[in-house]
Amino acid sequence: MHTWRVLLTAVAMLAAAQLPALDTTQLADPALQARYVALTHELRCMQCQNESIADSPVDLAADLRNQVRGQLLAGKSDQQIREWMAARYGDFILFRPRFSARTAWLWLAPGVLLIFGAVVAVRILRQRAALLASDPDSVDEDLRA
Amino acid sequence: MNRFYVPLGIFALLAVVLAVGIRHSPDKGIIVSPLLNKAAPQFALPELADASRVVDSAALRGRWYLLNVWGTWCVECRAEHEMLLRIHAAGRVPLIGLDWKDDDARAQAWLTQLGNPYEQVAVDRDGAVAIDWGVYGAPESFLVNPQGIIVYKHVGVLDEATWKAEILPRLTPPGPT
Amino acid sequence: MLPELGHFALILALLLAGLQAFFGIAGAPLGRDRWTAAVTPALGGQAVMVATAVGCLISCFVGNDFSVRYVADNSNSALPLFYRVSALWGAHEGSLLLWILLLALWSVAVWFGARRLPPRFAGRVLGVLGLVSFGFLLFTLATSNPFLRLDPPAPDGRDLNPILQDPGLAIHPPILYTGYVGFAVAFAFACAAMLEGRLDQTWARWTRPWTTAAWAFLTCGIALGSFWAYYELGWGGFWFWDPVENASFMPWLVGTALVHSLAATDKRGLFKSWTLLLAILAFSMSMLGTFLVRSGVLVSVHSFAADPSRGVFILAFLVLMIGGALSLYAWRAPLLKSTAGFELGARESFLLFNNVLLVIAATTVFAGTLAPLISDSLGLGTVSVGPPYFNPTFMLSMLPLAALLCVGIHANWKRGRLGDASRTILYTLVAAAVLGCGITFGIYTHGHVLTPVAATIGIWIILSSLVEPWYRLRRHLSLPRSLIGMTIAHSGLGIAVLALTTVQSFTIERDVALAVGQSAEVGGYTLRFTGIKPVEGPNFEGVGGTFVISRGGRPVAVMTPQKRQFWVQHQVTSETAIRLDRGNNLLLALGEDLGAGRWSVRVQVRPLVSLVWLAALIMAIGAAIAASDRRYRTLRSTASAAAAVAERAT
Repeated sequence: MHTWRVLLTAVAMLAAAQLPALDTTQLADPALQARYVALTHELRCMQCQNESIADSPVDLAADLRNQVRGQLLAGKSDQQIREWMAARYGDFILFRPRFSARTAWLWLAPGVLLIFGAVVAVRILRQRAALLASDPDSVDEDLRA
Repeated sequence: MNRFYVPLGIFALLAVVLAVGIRHSPDKGIIVSPLLNKAAPQFALPELADASRVVDSAALRGRWYLLNVWGTWCVECRAEHEMLLRIHAAGRVPLIGLDWKDDDARAQAWLTQLGNPYEQVAVDRDGAVAIDWGVYGAPESFLVNPQGIIVYKHVGVLDEATWKAEILPRLTPPGPT
Repeated sequence: MLPELGHFALILALLLAGLQAFFGIAGAPLGRDRWTAAVTPALGGQAVMVATAVGCLISCFVGNDFSVRYVADNSNSALPLFYRVSALWGAHEGSLLLWILLLALWSVAVWFGARRLPPRFAGRVLGVLGLVSFGFLLFTLATSNPFLRLDPPAPDGRDLNPILQDPGLAIHPPILYTGYVGFAVAFAFACAAMLEGRLDQTWARWTRPWTTAAWAFLTCGIALGSFWAYYELGWGGFWFWDPVENASFMPWLVGTALVHSLAATDKRGLFKSWTLLLAILAFSMSMLGTFLVRSGVLVSVHSFAADPSRGVFILAFLVLMIGGALSLYAWRAPLLKSTAGFELGARESFLLFNNVLLVIAATTVFAGTLAPLISDSLGLGTVSVGPPYFNPTFMLSMLPLAALLCVGIHANWKRGRLGDASRTILYTLVAAAVLGCGITFGIYTHGHVLTPVAATIGIWIILSSLVEPWYRLRRHLSLPRSLIGMTIAHSGLGIAVLALTTVQSFTIERDVALAVGQSAEVGGYTLRFTGIKPVEGPNFEGVGGTFVISRGGRPVAVMTPQKRQFWVQHQVTSETAIRLDRGNNLLLALGEDLGAGRWSVRVQVRPLVSLVWLAALIMAIGAAIAASDRRYRTLRSTASAAAAVAERAT
């Protein structure tokens, strides 16, 4: 009797599950499957907002995964699928921010910073090399470690 | 001399951004719908009371309606139900229910037992229409104007304050002065 | 009675921290040595009061006192004793108390170490620490008092969040916070130097061990969090670029830059104002992290309950603390010029590259983390940023850094003399490339285009780091602890790069549906599902599945992933089963009952993932060894004595 109670509780737990989303259907075409995996990891679950729809266990995530699968099979491109999702849920559903006038600063930042960093580094290196040329300690043996 | 003030300057900007962020933070978690002021997505779904009849969004053109997404599995919808009955009684705008991923028998029992505030209830068993409307949690309500444009979306339980502040004013635009 | 005692102790601690701050900071410039001396009893008293408060709260937890709201919200009479204690830092108020406790402990440690510092300087350092303590205590008492009572008392508690009922939880926050708070010491040293108007190589030598130690703790704390997420949360991920994860990663990146910048300042008096700025920045990042987690401005699974009023308070604290420090910086930094020079190929150059790239990485993570907030505040709409942004942008600055390490490690100070090392550099590179490509194409047959590159770099780091110790050992030269520590830490980094590369490139993940008796093949492993049975625990019940794993006929393991439901909070957690098999990490997570006796199971085969956390541990050990070098422990070095004399003369 007790065993049954526990097993029944176990089954009842499924309603409140907080577990990894499991998705036991795989697409036959490995290229399509790879795109599916990549896309579902790029889309945010709108209920558990810190998980991708690949990882989220809620129904909405499963529905959205089905959408992705269906659209891939219908031949849509990755970009089309992303835009389809964003048209309904807004940019918030995308983990990869779209490159637009509003997000340009974010995507360009690393490159700009690298260039800026390089310029600064070169300036400092030149300055210090020049100082060494007039360094009164230049007869010192060099330090190591 | 000047460049040593740069860190302080950057920090000051950051502090302003963070301060504004705090002011906005009660809104976090509520996503602004991209469908606002756009055409309401079309749908044609079976009716809950009579599966042979169809609830068609095209047929709803020409008048205001409030689309309410709900389900018997949704705890907060139960809390919202009283408000919906009041809205129905007020008769200002018809309520069209979208029964999201639910069981027909349970939904009918719910409405029989608690009262039916809806003019029609569309059954969205697989959730496709809900996704089209950008629904991500129940309850949600959409106010659609006679031209078929979504003018307001409310996420969460619809309460008296929202009804008065957001929905009523849109139904009755201020008269000419 | 205990809660009131604890509350009273916190109030006393606040007052004493205030006195500690006042006497320490005001005593020095006014020349009042009695005030400076008063810092000691103030600090001692503050520490005792904080310990008392913590002790009271722990007693309330252990004694199941549900008249205290914090205990009622986070504990339960059925909660095992171990978790009743660790529940202390399970939510906002208690974790703040943990911060305050650790700050007091660090302050006491600094006091012990301060005996060889000039007294007024030491007073300033402890005074600044007192100021930080004061701020946190005020925040706690004003907005987050853990001793609030419930009237009438709750009949029982709401239980600790089941996800947090895990040994990993018990140690992750204390160790992580020890790291966060440890950077306050570097911050205090920096402020003391700015207040005094002097910063020299001696200052760097004093600051280095504290900073390195804090860095070691932070490394462990982050690794623990990542490891815990891996085995607790059930989907095999260990880093998600979640805002709160980033909040701990940014101080780590800045802290790494600081550790290296301090080396240049110590050795050659270079980069003084830059080091100062980094010291301020590292702690600022810690404080910013505190703000982000507790104010509700960002969406995250880790966030504590959002409360804008708390956000306002922390922001005010941030503005005063950091704004004050940066103002001091703007005032004093222009005076800190050095005339030392170095060649292009010198060690100093590589430390410069190190700093530039690390700060760029930190800024990038910062931009991505705060982008939603910035975009929203500026009215640019919502933007959402996740791994697809962070991963490539992070690698953009980090891979070059890793490669430069392998060259720079052979460079001498001042005049690099890299020409002498050119053959070593070439040989190590070739050996690394052979091994890297061998692993990529030999053991695993596929990979991303970057995979052999990154694998090569990881191995190159390890080989490059071992060159000098090897050289010294062969010539029977001494191996100072700082060199040993550095070698170990850098090797750890190399291992981490290699492990991350293999995990990212070669992980196999599949969800399968099995009925009892059926088998599946994943990544070369055969899984046979042999049964499912109920399980019970002290405050939960659930089901466990049994899987027999084999590989090519060789039996590997029997694994039992479980699903547990906790009685009180009705939350379901997944206990993943994880096994290590010859470098592969096998992860099994039980899914749903699909009916007809079939269950869904997530199977992951992750090569070398355990090495990631092992590598972090190795880095921390290296840092600890380096921090314990004799140079930092000499009680009376001439430089310190000279500084003490100089101080008394002013």
